[in-house]
Amino acid sequence: MATVPSSARVVVIGAGIVGNSLVHHLARLGWRDIVQIDKGPLPNPGGSTGHASNFIFPVDHSREITDLTLDSMKQYKEMGVFTESGGFEVARTEERMEELRRRMSSAKAWGIEAELVTPEQVAEKVPFLDPSVIVGAFWTPSVGVVDSLRAGTIMRERALEAGALTVVPNAEVVGLDVEEGRIRRVRTDQGDIEAETVVIACGVWSPRIARMAGAHIPLTPAVHQMISVGPVPVLAEKEGEISFPIVRDMDTFCYERQHGADMEVGSYAHRPILHDPDEIPSIEQSKLSPTELPFTEEDFDPQLEQALELMPEILGDESVEIRYAINGLLSLTPDGAPVLGETPEVKGLWSAAAVWIKEGPGVGRAVAEWMTDGLPEIDLGHSDIARFYPHQRTRSHIRARTSESFNKTYGIVHPGEQWESDRGSRLSPMHADEVARGAVFFETAGWERPHWYESNASLLEEYGDRVMPREHEWDSRWWSPIINAEHLAMRDRAGIVDLTAFAIFDVVGPGAMEAVQRITVAQVDVKVGRVVYTPVLDGRGGFRSDLTVMRLAWDRFRVVTGGAHGMVDKKWFADRMPADGGADNWAAVVDLTSAYTTIGLWGPRARDILGQLTRDDISHEGFGFGTCRDIEVDSLSVLASRISYVGELGWELHLPFEHGAKLWSLLHEAGEQHGAVPVGIGVYGTTGRIEKGYRAYGFELDAERTIIEAGMQRPKVKSADFVGREAYLKQREEQPAAVLCTLTVEDHTSRSGQKRYMLGGEPILSKDGGELLDDHGHRPYVTTAGSAPSLGKHVLMAYLPPSEATVGNELTVSYMEELYPVRVGSVDTTALFDPENERVKS
Amino acid sequence: MDVLVCIKRVPDTGGAITLTDDGMGVDSRLLGHTVSPHEEAAVELAVQTAKATGGSATVLTVGTDDSIEQLRNAVALGCTSPVLVEVEPDRLGPADVAGMIADVVRRHEERGTSYGLVLLGNDAADTGDFQVGVRLAYELGRPVVTGVSRFEVDGEEVTARVESTDGTDVYRLPAPAVLTVMEGGVEPRYPSVPGRMKAKKAVVETVEPTHEPVGNGRVRLKLPPAPPTRVEILGEGASAAPAVVDLLEKLGVAR
Repeated sequence: MATVPSSARVVVIGAGIVGNSLVHHLARLGWRDIVQIDKGPLPNPGGSTGHASNFIFPVDHSREITDLTLDSMKQYKEMGVFTESGGFEVARTEERMEELRRRMSSAKAWGIEAELVTPEQVAEKVPFLDPSVIVGAFWTPSVGVVDSLRAGTIMRERALEAGALTVVPNAEVVGLDVEEGRIRRVRTDQGDIEAETVVIACGVWSPRIARMAGAHIPLTPAVHQMISVGPVPVLAEKEGEISFPIVRDMDTFCYERQHGADMEVGSYAHRPILHDPDEIPSIEQSKLSPTELPFTEEDFDPQLEQALELMPEILGDESVEIRYAINGLLSLTPDGAPVLGETPEVKGLWSAAAVWIKEGPGVGRAVAEWMTDGLPEIDLGHSDIARFYPHQRTRSHIRARTSESFNKTYGIVHPGEQWESDRGSRLSPMHADEVARGAVFFETAGWERPHWYESNASLLEEYGDRVMPREHEWDSRWWSPIINAEHLAMRDRAGIVDLTAFAIFDVVGPGAMEAVQRITVAQVDVKVGRVVYTPVLDGRGGFRSDLTVMRLAWDRFRVVTGGAHGMVDKKWFADRMPADGGADNWAAVVDLTSAYTTIGLWGPRARDILGQLTRDDISHEGFGFGTCRDIEVDSLSVLASRISYVGELGWELHLPFEHGAKLWSLLHEAGEQHGAVPVGIGVYGTTGRIEKGYRAYGFELDAERTIIEAGMQRPKVKSADFVGREAYLKQREEQPAAVLCTLTVEDHTSRSGQKRYMLGGEPILSKDGGELLDDHGHRPYVTTAGSAPSLGKHVLMAYLPPSEATVGNELTVSYMEELYPVRVGSVDTTALFDPENERVKS
Repeated sequence: MDVLVCIKRVPDTGGAITLTDDGMGVDSRLLGHTVSPHEEAAVELAVQTAKATGGSATVLTVGTDDSIEQLRNAVALGCTSPVLVEVEPDRLGPADVAGMIADVVRRHEERGTSYGLVLLGNDAADTGDFQVGVRLAYELGRPVVTGVSRFEVDGEEVTARVESTDGTDVYRLPAPAVLTVMEGGVEPRYPSVPGRMKAKKAVVETVEPTHEPVGNGRVRLKLPPAPPTRVEILGEGASAAPAVVDLLEKLGVAR
């Protein structure tokens, strides 16, 4: 006999913190006929929520995660399930203190109260901690603990009270039916539910459920060990769940958190212990719960010893017993970010997985908003499930990356840090030659991209101090002065850049023009052979992307976009193709990423070099800026596109993948006498672009930013309708709440006398170090930082309050808890280098 | 008094049990390992007796080196000098195990350690043979009481209590003796952090078995039919509280 409703507007699978938040927010946003099912009983169905340690430290280096956490804290407080305890992140080493100083940058940038304190100050609040073991700590007074199960119940009950929800516990999903690419039905052991929208919010089981529909949720269940010791006399004499601050012992990757009379010790230090979603024991087979697996002592023993060092009084007490110890399962993803949004494989099938307690309610709200009108208030760009390429969804990739990242949970992770595992997945056609040239490869979306070439080390002598060498190890980690030397050589002569990592897709069909026109801000009803750079907006006028579109034929548009964001862009376009265009108006997206390679050739000698290889007219008059066409380069047919992301004369040269290596060597042979050098992504992605004030999606541009704030408005708005047009027109009438500015660092000298170079993420403060607030109530922070070798300056980009956005304005940047003077150099897209763009258009 | 307590590594089953494909054992791939609740009580009594009499509590197991985990857990609770008789336990029957324990008792005796008491669990959690204790006593020529929930030691005299539905049987017997312990008489302790540290460092004495096992004659295991589940609603809201308390007391969870 079926106990589940036979149909629903939406089925939410999972009754952990995420599923419960989701049903509440969907109901609040007006959804009705919601059915929530879980295989387990309520209120604790046996997933990761049930054994979570339930504490929240709000400061994270990621703005997206911090915003989700702050929103979650607000919701927990409103439900009355939050207890503020304060929290210390303690350092045992000077290296960690430096990381805590960097954490101060993030705290200030996100506006979270925090301070660095001495060991004695820690011991004052945590009397059972031995201050001689630590050198200092990062104190966040707003840290606290939540009752996530109670919160879940409250949120479920709110949806029930609204008459919006039916909850069915103890119902196991046995199948998901997909018809014509769309989810139709959830099959359970209690009967089938017809539904056009289904959300998988099953934590560690999510990949297994998604596979029932042929979709992928790339995460793996991984063990986090935790023990609980007690009763501890000094804790037992206090009322309530928590009266002492939580301590994160950062260097041993452990935490100590009071829970009533007990002290919980958790660890991220042990070897990565990964499980398969298909092999998690059932509820019936489990002693405690399916996600509380048997404790493996030998993995925890070293941590126990370190914890004993830090809290000898409590943990050294023979009468204090280890009363509970588990290998708790939680979800890890290959890049550490949650997996949210509609799956690219199945329409109507959503994922809300790989979410921690600290983000749960915030994610519930954001995904509910996304499902309602496509517009989550918090930008979820880094969590979008569409970001994964197929190879990133394989079990081997997930296992390799999560094994590597597990011990980084409390690790010191440099912003430029590269993965070591599962490299070499995507190689450009010129890879072998790049290796021979001593390329140092960084990875983007699986592509191995030369960041700089050791073969260019000889340029260091040529340019001397103009390469702006960095003295401090942290500032120069994952960096080389060769990048700046390549930059200068490109500006002086020419650079050849491997751009194979571009994501490339065509929009084809008789309806292609209208379809692209509806997606892009810029006019794409242009002549064949035009190249259009355009923002892509969401319905609220926030950035979804920025990319270039080439019109190759009346019915063919080629979209070229960054590799990291390519899959999300492709889904954005594919979702907006005419649903029933008919024979006269259909349009379709065709992915060509793996069919084409791209090589960039830029610099004052670019025309000379290309001219040696082609008889086609490539003069300024014959091949103007912003145009593209097929040319013959030696024996190769190449689609040349005259644009530039580095501010120089030159072309993107697109051609079939298999021809790439030949073009690469032809360009190098022809370029040699002109002094052309191979140039890495260090130049293309940072130095070349910031000298020109070019904005990058994911750094300056995201869904919370507008064209006006980014200073990218054009005099006119096209009359054709496009996504975000109405919002954009309105924004044009109003004063921006913040203004994207380019700043130069005026003095790099730290107190120690060493020169320091910011890497991004640092707060911008007033001249005397005071806090600044834009009209959103946000604090300005550095979105991109990098050398501008042609200017001999270190350049920062940041959104400033409009009142501070004046050229010449003097402010400061805080880096590692010291202030450095900065000066506003540009308050719009005007470049600091070649402001008239003479080089590009020469 | 020096006490020897014998334990056996068994799968830590919490619910539905699955057998291995050959039907010869419990599928423990997803399970942790532990010792039976009877043995937990035996360890607790051994540690208490050692402390009360100024003696020692030696812990012994027969099994592979996987069983060292259970030995160390007992050391964390206060046992000392862990002994592993290293042999694949699936090949053994109760007579084999009793013989191997007896050999260790004799050998330690030669070395100068005489165990006034050998404690075992009443029966193993996995095979449930109920035989090793009695066979061991026979082998050593010592008196044995089975199903003991508590005992006291007074000099060389042991007073053991066996609870049954009819009341309490009290046995007085001279040491050295063998007792098999039933859970319920004492509350086994959890390890402390310093205990755990000691356990990690403890040196395990590994002993080769002295004779060829005769085996257990097991043909295969069969799962009993699942017990029928019955759902009874005790009530709703605050008025259900007394019924819940009664049930918890009946189950022995609350007192």
